Amino acid sequence: MAAGNFEKYKSDGSLAGNALEWVDARFPATSLWKGHLSEYYAPKNFNFWYFFGSLALLVLVIQIVTGIFLVMHYKPDAALNASGVPVAFASVEYIMRDVSGGWLIRYMHSTGASAFFIVVYMHMFRGLLYGSYRKPRELTWLFGVGIFLCLMGEAFFGYLLPWGQMSYWGAQVIVNLFSAIPVIGPDLSLIIRGDFVVGDATLNRFFSFHVIAFPLVLIGLVAAHVLALHETGSNNPDGVEIKANLGPNGHPVDGIPFHPYYTVKDIVGVVVFLMVFSAVMFWSPEGGGYFLETPNFYPADPLKTPPHISPVWYFTPFYSILRAVTYPLFGLDAKFWGVVAMGASVVIFAFLPWLDRSPVKSIRYRGPIYKTLLTLFVITFVLLGFLGTESPSFAFFGIIPGAPVAQFLSFFYFVFFLGMPWWSRMDKFKPVPDRVTFK
Amino acid sequence: MSNQGKMDCGRRRLVVATAAVGGVGAVAALVPFVSSLLPSERAKAAGAPVEADISKLEPGQMMTVEWRGKPVWIISRTKDMLDTLPKLADAVADPKSEKTSQQPAYAQNDTRSIKPEIMVVVGICTHLGCSPGQKFKKGAEEGMGADWLGGFLCPCHGSTFDFAGRVFKSKPAPSNLEVPPHVYLSDTRILIGEEKKGA
Repeated sequence: MAAGNFEKYKSDGSLAGNALEWVDARFPATSLWKGHLSEYYAPKNFNFWYFFGSLALLVLVIQIVTGIFLVMHYKPDAALNASGVPVAFASVEYIMRDVSGGWLIRYMHSTGASAFFIVVYMHMFRGLLYGSYRKPRELTWLFGVGIFLCLMGEAFFGYLLPWGQMSYWGAQVIVNLFSAIPVIGPDLSLIIRGDFVVGDATLNRFFSFHVIAFPLVLIGLVAAHVLALHETGSNNPDGVEIKANLGPNGHPVDGIPFHPYYTVKDIVGVVVFLMVFSAVMFWSPEGGGYFLETPNFYPADPLKTPPHISPVWYFTPFYSILRAVTYPLFGLDAKFWGVVAMGASVVIFAFLPWLDRSPVKSIRYRGPIYKTLLTLFVITFVLLGFLGTESPSFAFFGIIPGAPVAQFLSFFYFVFFLGMPWWSRMDKFKPVPDRVTFK
Repeated sequence: MSNQGKMDCGRRRLVVATAAVGGVGAVAALVPFVSSLLPSERAKAAGAPVEADISKLEPGQMMTVEWRGKPVWIISRTKDMLDTLPKLADAVADPKSEKTSQQPAYAQNDTRSIKPEIMVVVGICTHLGCSPGQKFKKGAEEGMGADWLGGFLCPCHGSTFDFAGRVFKSKPAPSNLEVPPHVYLSDTRILIGEEKKGA
């Protein structure tokens, strides 16, 4: 049996040392600190792309803290108040106008939602660049996909709460999507709504999911994500395993302790991030209509759909794929297959560790096929996202219709993933060095 | 661990039986939680019929009343509007209203209404539940293309409907707009949500 914390961590005789020894004999404080920070050896060649993991954690903290304070003033109630405005909508206006500092807390939270997705998309792109999802880090990746799904649910539920026009009709459309599933669909959408229309019951349960259920699951998944990562050790821009080269002290020669080296590096990232975040929050909290959509400044009206409805920007690539499916198949209507395609376009990320058959991990040692296809994939993702914010009749420059373009891009989206087992092997590879390099 | 390698079959059966009974209990515990997600008794009871007064509705106009949280349109159709319906028989997906779930039997006719000039219909698109907007004017005036005879356009996914709520072919919406059960209490009063007077 390995030595327990009781034997390993002894006091230096000082008062603080005695206190720590007392704790260590009862709780793995020093052991956790060392294992995950001061003696967690991370590759020394992390670059720009490695900021986004810790930034995602920062945004999670921002969302939780601001959320706690918003809940103190927000009321999930769809009933109309004395002035004929829904109570939920009025309570958000109250936070914006009458609660001291309320406008700032609310803008932190709404900007934080978009920031979360920006940071997470960058974090996922890093995984694609350097093959971070490859063996032995498949579980870290899977927990990550779980976090992404959870985040999408969290964002969807949260968007209903202001009870504006876009909240209402967005929820109406998305919940109705589930009714397209054969047999169980209509009952399922009834269970989600809790009423025959989106109403007070829906608002209250979405509030519950948004502030309790999903944050709990999210925090659990984040813990699992980090624990799994620290078990295998971090990947790096070269995609070489630093644990294969241990020094005489038993630590990887290409590794440096996370604390203080990467905590200090990440603080630089945090400062730059907070500068950008604050600039958006103070000068453009609506994000040009992309972060907070204009129709949401009108209270929900179940009798009137706004002339143009679209999801918030972070859902639009997947929404485009949903809209791109317009053909019925096997006797089931297009609506159902659209839902399937949209679900598949998100879940397919989970299969990346097994779809990618290339002998190297990092893009640095991959050939032109991967570089070309990954570039095209990013363009596809951005264009699908753009088209999803536009109406179905949108045309580029007024002449190239958007709908067939979205269909073609959706097709390519799946070709990128489903063709990967073949094209990822066909590439021209460069030899991978034994040690990490600096560029 | 003195009896390592040896399986005590009786003890294992007990473990399996205990786990099975416990599992049944755990599943049974789900019942109240799932049923709490279903519409409450109050929500189910909230489907009371509503009365609409159409005395002020001019020909060519439309009014909206709320029934079960949904918009119900009452459209006073002009002769011009009614004349468009037969012309569109080939352009709409279900011209004879054969899908019986979308209207009561007394509205399964050429105009999908009890009185030809008065249309009563739930203004919720059968695709994903948005409420279509009015595009009553003909042709390019509404930005709908030259052959547009007037009707409704859903802003969400572009489904189009004629003045009888019939969906046009090759649109995302799978069926015609729903005609709610309704009855005329007098010439100018309609009760929506019920089929018989005073029932």
